[in-house]
Amino acid sequence: MNRFLLPLGAFVALVIFLWIGLTLNPREIPSPLINKTAPAFRLPQLHESSKTIGPEDLRGKVWLLNIWASWCVTCRQEHPLLVELSRKNFVPIYGLNYKDRREDGLALLKGSGNPYVMSAYDREGSAGIDWGVYGVPETFVIDKAGLVRHKFIGALTPKLIDDVLTPLVKRLNDE
Amino acid sequence: MNNKFIVALLFLWIPLAQADVAATTRDDPALEKRAMALSGHLRCLVCQNQTIADSNAELAVDLKNQVRDKLRQGQSEQEILDYMVNRYGEFVLFSPLVKSTTWLLWFGPLLLFVVGLYVLAVNLRQRRRLMQQAPTLNKEEHARAAALLSGKETKGHP
Repeated sequence: MNRFLLPLGAFVALVIFLWIGLTLNPREIPSPLINKTAPAFRLPQLHESSKTIGPEDLRGKVWLLNIWASWCVTCRQEHPLLVELSRKNFVPIYGLNYKDRREDGLALLKGSGNPYVMSAYDREGSAGIDWGVYGVPETFVIDKAGLVRHKFIGALTPKLIDDVLTPLVKRLNDE
Repeated sequence: MNNKFIVALLFLWIPLAQADVAATTRDDPALEKRAMALSGHLRCLVCQNQTIADSNAELAVDLKNQVRDKLRQGQSEQEILDYMVNRYGEFVLFSPLVKSTTWLLWFGPLLLFVVGLYVLAVNLRQRRRLMQQAPTLNKEEHARAAALLSGKETKGHP
């Protein structure tokens, strides 16, 4: 009897491990930036190239940094949701226009609404590398002290906004 | 006529594509060799089972350029690896670090091998014991068994 139980047990354990493995998303790589100071950048603004913007300007408030590009299909899908979120005036959303052409980025915002208080223009993607961006869209939550507190990889969804983003921003606002 | 034109166009593309590769390797072959060697240790996060050396994804190209720039600035290999880990996490290293959370990963196969050896040894010892306990044959039985095995004795068979 034991002869069969042992391999069966090993098999069941293997199946359980593989099953867990299937539910994990290999695309979601935990960011090492969590609870660290947001990487600095000083980039021209998308709308006014003569003015710059950087994370230091936003100390003292909780804000979102959404990495987006006009060539990114998922960003376009996410876009209406961001517009809706921005209308609630719940948390300021700043954009990082990533490896885009300025006119394309501006055209997208003109056509489908601008959810961003301001967008930084990262033509070369250098700020993107500093932030560990490896795909668009990504959304970071930055707290009052300028620490990165959360990173959403891929498009935000209504469920993510309700279950994760909203409670988190409320908590950070109270800190 | 039209086809020939298209074929001619295709040939025009080839030198352009090569020019792009050449631009990255032009000035310093030794540095390029170091950059590519280091890139071979970094995972392309877009195409996760490739290194950035093997990948032509846009992010991989950007990161390779970062590696080149930093080598050119005189940074060491370790400094560049640290830079990448600080931004993208340890997953960016193609071979995981040896630390307590990765011991199972690194030494698991060895552990399995040792367990296998142990099971084999136990089995062999058991078998030897069974052999020793097997009933001994007298000379006559032995001869008959040998004959049966060689197929010479057919008596008793239908």
